[in-house]
Amino acid sequence: MSDEIIVVEQLHKYFGSVQAVKGVDFRVKRGEVVLIVGPSGSGKSTVLRCINHLEVPTSGAVYIDGVHLEDKKTNINEVRAEVGMVFQQFNLFPHLTVLQNVSIAQEKVRKRSKDEAEEIAMEQLQRVGIPEKAGAYPRQLSGGQQQRVAIARSLAMQPKIMLFDEPTSALDPEMIKEVLDVMLDLAKAGMTMVVVTHEMGFARAAADRVVFMDDGQIIEVGPPEQIFGKPQHERTQLFLSKILAH
Amino acid sequence: MAGPEIQIPDVSWRDNWREFPWWLVAILGFLVVMAILVFTNENIREAFLFIIPGIRLTLYITLAGFALALVLGLLAGLGRISSNALVRNIAITYVEFIRGVPTLVLILTLAFVLVPAISNGMGIDNRNVSIELRAILSLAIIYGAFLAEIFRAGIESISKGQMEAARSLGMNYRQSMQFIILPQAIRNISPALGNDFIAMLKDSSLASVLAVRELTQRARLYAGSTFRFPESYLVLTFCYLTMTIALSLLLRWYEQRLGKDSR
Ligand SMILES: Nc1ncnc2c1ncn2[C@@H]1O[C@H](COP(=O)(O)OP(=O)(O)OP(=O)(O)O)[C@@H](O)[C@H]1O
Ligand SMILES: [Mg+2]
Repeated sequence: MSDEIIVVEQLHKYFGSVQAVKGVDFRVKRGEVVLIVGPSGSGKSTVLRCINHLEVPTSGAVYIDGVHLEDKKTNINEVRAEVGMVFQQFNLFPHLTVLQNVSIAQEKVRKRSKDEAEEIAMEQLQRVGIPEKAGAYPRQLSGGQQQRVAIARSLAMQPKIMLFDEPTSALDPEMIKEVLDVMLDLAKAGMTMVVVTHEMGFARAAADRVVFMDDGQIIEVGPPEQIFGKPQHERTQLFLSKILAH
Repeated sequence: MAGPEIQIPDVSWRDNWREFPWWLVAILGFLVVMAILVFTNENIREAFLFIIPGIRLTLYITLAGFALALVLGLLAGLGRISSNALVRNIAITYVEFIRGVPTLVLILTLAFVLVPAISNGMGIDNRNVSIELRAILSLAIIYGAFLAEIFRAGIESISKGQMEAARSLGMNYRQSMQFIILPQAIRNISPALGNDFIAMLKDSSLASVLAVRELTQRARLYAGSTFRFPESYLVLTFCYLTMTIALSLLLRWYEQRLGKDSR
């Protein structure tokens, strides 16, 4: 088994005539926490979504734990069960209770019994700190609570990798910390994580590496101190001066 | 209603008067007068007693036809958004073909051309396919095409993020549709489905051209043999209007409840 759990090779992605990703190479080791930063439209989400095959690359290859996603023989659902994804807009299932949200995929994909799935769901809700909301519907929760349920929903599948696409961008400032705390715990527990975020605090506390993207390409990679402290490229400097000005 | 007008808290009797559902009073008035006539007028009562047994077939054809139409509509609606070009084109052909031909013409064509062709193909003697069954199948095929568009719109109204979240958890397309998308879509389109059920109840009267002895056919038979045209067709109108008004009031109540729930 290779140490590299995510391998992205020469990834290109076109949307019609728009080239969103222009030859990205990207590797993540087991247990690593990697941040992707970059300006709007630089292709961060597209790269992330290629990692669980929500987007199909125009060319290039993605391997998850050695499994080639673009191979026709690959059962993509089996791979996705091992790769959790947390979205900016939470995307909880509004017609299901919190407990059902966290247990449905366990039952349908992992083929766990209802009792077992609900037990694991309660453990994960405990972990993200809202077991008391198990019977509530998503619309009855705050944004921060919804995002924590979304994290619990992915964790209940016991994935090997967790992907986060701007998990705190849709949240009111006072709710950002409760979500970041859950993510920090997860990073400390050794989860392999790829996170698109501009949260500097999280980057400093948890990231092993930061990847800076611009215009569909990776411009610079390094530890957070280097990327945020003394960036080598002009484009990285320009980008940082903009977000630090906020 | 949202509008630029400033809301005045204490509503005067004038506003109440304008808001009052006078249309309902008028329709209920007609129904009450007809009901009274059924009891008091000899001819009308006779017409009523002759026609009303047809309600069993009217309801049977509508319910069975609608149940089948739901299945057809769901399949065609899913086909309509399929990524498989062949499946998608078959679904679109079905929907557009049906929508391009008058309902009455379709009933005649389906009942006397398509159904016999299918039954012959399956080696069943044509005469064994009852006219009631032909009416049910015809209405189901017609309404399946209408419902397909409702199902399609319902599925497309659910945000893309729902499908993405389901798929990213490892659920396959069918599981994601069945457990995540369709429950939400069906809730959203249930008022539209209800409307089409009422429409189908009315269109079941077209089964009379196949000589199915539902309400309309019985009214025609009665009028033809007694020459009491006004009595026959007023009673017939009374029967349909009672059912459709009751159903549409039920639907309004359900829609209001649905609106409150989602808030
Ligand atoms: N489904 C799509 N259809 C067409 N164009 C798309 C689609 N998704 C992304 N793009 C385009 O691809 C480019 C990269 O988009 P992407 O969402 O990956 O950027 P991003 O770095 O995540 O930006 P943001 O910070 O705004 O989320 C953009 O120009 C975007 O408009
Ligand atoms: Mg993005």
